[in-house]
Parts: sequence; C-alpha cells; structure tokens
Amino acid sequence: MSAANATGRGASPLKRFGLPALLIALALLFPFLDDGLGLGLMFPVIVIAVYVMLALGLNIVIGFAGLLDLGFVAFYALGAYVVGWFASGHFNQVSISFLSTARSISGGSPAGIHISFWILLIVAGAFTALCGIIIGAPTLRLRGDYLAIVTLGFGEIIPRFFQNGDNLGGFNLTNGTIGIKSIDSPGISILPDSLSTWQRFGTLDLNPWYYTILLLVLITVYVNIRLRDSRLGRAWVSVREDETAAAAMGINPVTTKLWAYALGAMFGGVAGAFYGAFIKSIFPTSFSFNISILVLCMVILGGMGNIYGVILGAIALQGINFYLLPQINDWVHAIGESLGSPLLAGADIPKYNFFIFGIILVLMMLLRPEGIIPNRQRQEELHDDSDAGGDALGGTVRA
Amino acid sequence: MPLLEVENIHSFYGHIQALRGVSLVVEEGEVVTLIGSNGAGKTTTLRSIHGVLPPKEGKVIFDGEEIQGTPAHDMISRGIAQSPEGRKIFSRMTVRENLEMGAYHRTDDIREDMERVFDLFPRLKERIKQEAGTMSGGEQQMLAIGRALMSRPKLLLLDEPSMGLAPVLVERIFQIIREINEQGTTILLVEQNANVALEIATRGYVLETGTVVNSAPAEKLRQDPKVREAYLGEI
Repeated sequence: MSAANATGRGASPLKRFGLPALLIALALLFPFLDDGLGLGLMFPVIVIAVYVMLALGLNIVIGFAGLLDLGFVAFYALGAYVVGWFASGHFNQVSISFLSTARSISGGSPAGIHISFWILLIVAGAFTALCGIIIGAPTLRLRGDYLAIVTLGFGEIIPRFFQNGDNLGGFNLTNGTIGIKSIDSPGISILPDSLSTWQRFGTLDLNPWYYTILLLVLITVYVNIRLRDSRLGRAWVSVREDETAAAAMGINPVTTKLWAYALGAMFGGVAGAFYGAFIKSIFPTSFSFNISILVLCMVILGGMGNIYGVILGAIALQGINFYLLPQINDWVHAIGESLGSPLLAGADIPKYNFFIFGIILVLMMLLRPEGIIPNRQRQEELHDDSDAGGDALGGTVRA
Repeated sequence: MPLLEVENIHSFYGHIQALRGVSLVVEEGEVVTLIGSNGAGKTTTLRSIHGVLPPKEGKVIFDGEEIQGTPAHDMISRGIAQSPEGRKIFSRMTVRENLEMGAYHRTDDIREDMERVFDLFPRLKERIKQEAGTMSGGEQQMLAIGRALMSRPKLLLLDEPSMGLAPVLVERIFQIIREINEQGTTILLVEQNANVALEIATRGYVLETGTVVNSAPAEKLRQDPKVREAYLGEI
C-alpha cells in the first residue's frame, strides 16, 4: 500500500504505460499515415499541437494551482516575439548571428539578430517565466476574482504594447501592426546532406516541424505529470483547497502560486516561440483575448487538472475550429445550393465558432462541470452537495 | 526559560483593536488554556502568536527567540503547529494525504509519527483512505489535531477543539489532548467550553475584551466564584 496507491492513481501497469505508449506510437506514425492516406492534415495538426502545449501550460496554473488566469495569451505572445526579435532581420541596425540557419544572399552575415531557434526556445521559456514572476509577485497576493481581473488586464496590455511599440522614444521594438516578418527557420545544420529537410525546416515538408512540436508536447506532458505528483503538486492542491490551512502546514502560499504561474508562463512562452518560427510572421492581432479564452475553454472542457483531459479538450476544440466547422460550412453551402437558398449557400459558419464554443461550455457546465476526463479532487469540489450529510454524532460544522 | 512568552501584545483588525496588551507564559510541558466569552480575543491571541495576524506592538518569544512578525508558514519549522478554528482540514484529500500534509516541511521518515497518530485516534486508521470532508465533525477534529502532530511540534496550538461536537465526543477529544500532553507536547488551548478546558489544563488565563483579567492554576480558577458564574454556567 504505497502513498501513490492511496491517491487512487495506481492503476495496472498496462493501463499506466500501455495506453500512453500506444498514443505516442500513433503520434510518431502520424506523418506516414497522413502521407499514405493523403489527408493533408499536417498543418492543422501542428497548430493543434501548439494549442495542446498552451493548454497544458495553463493547466498548471488553473488545474493544479486553481488560479484563474484570463491573460495567458500574453506569455504566448511574449514567446513569439522573442523569436521575432532574435531570429529575423527586424533589428537591422546590427548584424549578429549565432548557430543560425539564416544566410544572406551575398553569403555574408545577414542584417538583424539571428540566433539559433533551439537556443531561443530556452530563452523564450526563461524570459516568459521571468515575466510570469514579475507579474505574479504583486498580484498573486490577490485571491480569486481579483487575480482574474489583473490577468485579464495583462493579457490585453501585452498585445497593445506590441501594437504600439514601433516608436518607443524613436526606437522600433515591435514594428507595430505590421508585425515582424520573415522569421528564420529552425534547423540542425550539423546534419548530413541526406537529411536536408532537417538541416533547415522548410514549408513543403512539415515533418521536422511536426516532430519538434511533438517532442515539446511530450516534454510538457512529462513535466505536468511529474509536477502533479511532486511535493509542489501537493502544495498546489492544498493552497487551492485552503490557503490558511496550507500556511499552517508550512507552505508559503505566495511562492507556491508563483511557481505555478511561472511554470505555466514558461510553457506558454515556448509554445509561442515555436508558433512564431512556424508561422514565420507575427502580428499583434494574432494574440488577441480570444486565444486566452479558447485555451481556457480547452482546459475546462477537457477537465481541469487532468492531463489527458486537457489534451483531449485542446484537440477537440481546435479540431472543431479547423476541421468540423469548415466541413459543416461546405455541407451547408451544398444544401443551400441544392435548395436554391442564397442565405444558406453564402453562410459563413466558421465565423460562429465562439458562439458554438459558448454553447459547448454552457452545456458542459450544466451536464459535466468537471470536464470530459475529470481530476478526482476537482470532481468533488464541483459536486459539493454530496457530502453535506455528516453523521449525527459529530455534526457538520465546516469552514 | 518559558517555552512561549507573550509580552503585552496589541493586535488590530484594520482599525479595530482586538487585543489590548495581552501577556502570557507557557512553560514547557504545560497545558495552558485561554478561556473567555465570544469576542474576548482568544482566537486573536492564537492568530497573533501564529503569525496570521502579526501584533502591532509587543513581543512573542518562542524558545528564546522573538518571533512576532514571522509569517505563519515559517512557524511549523520553528516547532509551532496549530489546529485552527473550524478545523480547516483539506476536505478533498484523504485522511492519509491530510496527515502527509501535516509533515509537509519534513523530509525524514514519517511512518512512526503516523503510527503514533493512529494509536491516539484508531478511528482515523479505519478511515485512512476516506475523503476527509465526508467524515463526521468529531473525526475531522481528530484529523486536524493528528495533522498538527505530524510535524512533531514543541508547542501545539488548539483552537476550539470542542466546537460543534456532541458532549460525549468532547470528553473523548479532551482525554486525547491530555494524552498528547503526557507524551511530552506542550499545549496552548483556546476553548469556550471552560469546564472541560480547566479539567485538563495546568493553568488558565481569563480574557475579557482583549485583556487578561485573571490568571491562575486551573484548579484555582475552577473554584473562583466569578469564573464559575461567568464561564462555568453556575449561578
């Protein structure tokens, strides 16, 4: 009877390792499947994977530590801009290259700062974690709603800053609404020529991108699992339940929450850095409030605190966005044309995605507030009426 | 040197003064109780000692060190554990997980301590895998005390352990508190139920509107006519 068993997670080895191994194998083979069947889904799947990573990052903040963060997009944007700044020709006053794949046409070193994508992934993670600490330190003393308001503001301020940061005392930091373009491709230049697609990630063969984000997602999942089962994970659960009692156990609530915020921010930043390099140009408008809400919906839909649930939530919502809505759109158009109805034939269904997400969220809250795959403790928190009985002898005085 | 010395502390909730110069002493090995009516400042005194509500004036000296102003989460490593008012157990964790939380700051083996808690409260052992929130009030109180013991405290602060419990259970809990003390833990006990508190205490302090109005050995307080009239329900 180990401690892990008492928490109800100790399942059979087959269930513990079999299912994850199968899923990983499936994910590894996906590009071959996509190629063989001619699905052409590589691009949407890579973007979905970015969102899986974002949702897992936010899961640390919301699911584990119970902090409602409505401005998660800020870290995503900061991560993307790190890559924008340090792997493009944006700062053309200087010419710095470090292990980069970028070459100028003349063969000399290109204008701008060009640092290896792999280094920038780490830099973006560290930078956003630091930003998380700077934002979190004063605000995490707040509880509940107040924190949500502050993070909401932060999520709005950062994109505004990028939008207006093209003239900071004469210095062009963000290039404003035009954004930063032609971001360098990642690549592993030391590889032999037979692996040329990996030397410099291209836009035709998306496999290197896919395996990179898959690796990042797997790292995120692993860290999530380790954190959940760690001392820190315990501290998060206790702070979520009762800050005062947690403090009496010797847990500093503020630093505990700060860890969650910084770690969540870090994954958001790394996801943003990957996305920036993948999409090659970043604009302030790519980081709107909608994304914060979308990622939040993924976490809630899947099941706050449950890693598999959150992954499923992210895949489901982005799947609807990328695949189901355009599909429905085509069907509606086809029906509209056969009926001769211009209203249906010209309808723009994907425009209603947030309306549809809204309906999904309302239905989830009514029918299954704990999410598709719930976290054990979360489930009980949301079905609180079940334990109001107590026994006659003791009464039920509860704080 | 006393284990705990509180010197003339003044504590405020916002602008409202709750403690007006409380002083008290707890010697090693004692059970000291604070009695008094609602709003007298009993819980506030505990909160001030424990760092939840740092006093604006005065000193709290524990084990020879001034600790006023130390945050609550540093108290447990100094050797002060508390079972707070309203129990504040982690209701969605199991009994075992709650006890493990009590030993959160420790990195050594806690099995012995868990056995000790189960010896004191066999009921908790039966419920080891149960969600704490689904237990009865009495069991939750046992868990709150057991959880505090998991840190091997030098001083145990108990706030209203009798609250919301049936009289039979109150007797039982107080027997166990005495047992804990006999095993060597010093206890500072805040209690409205002055009868039971004075039965197990070595000494007692009577609080009224934020000041100590009387202090004496427990036996003497039980015989004090004023105390009998005000707190022991006798006319």
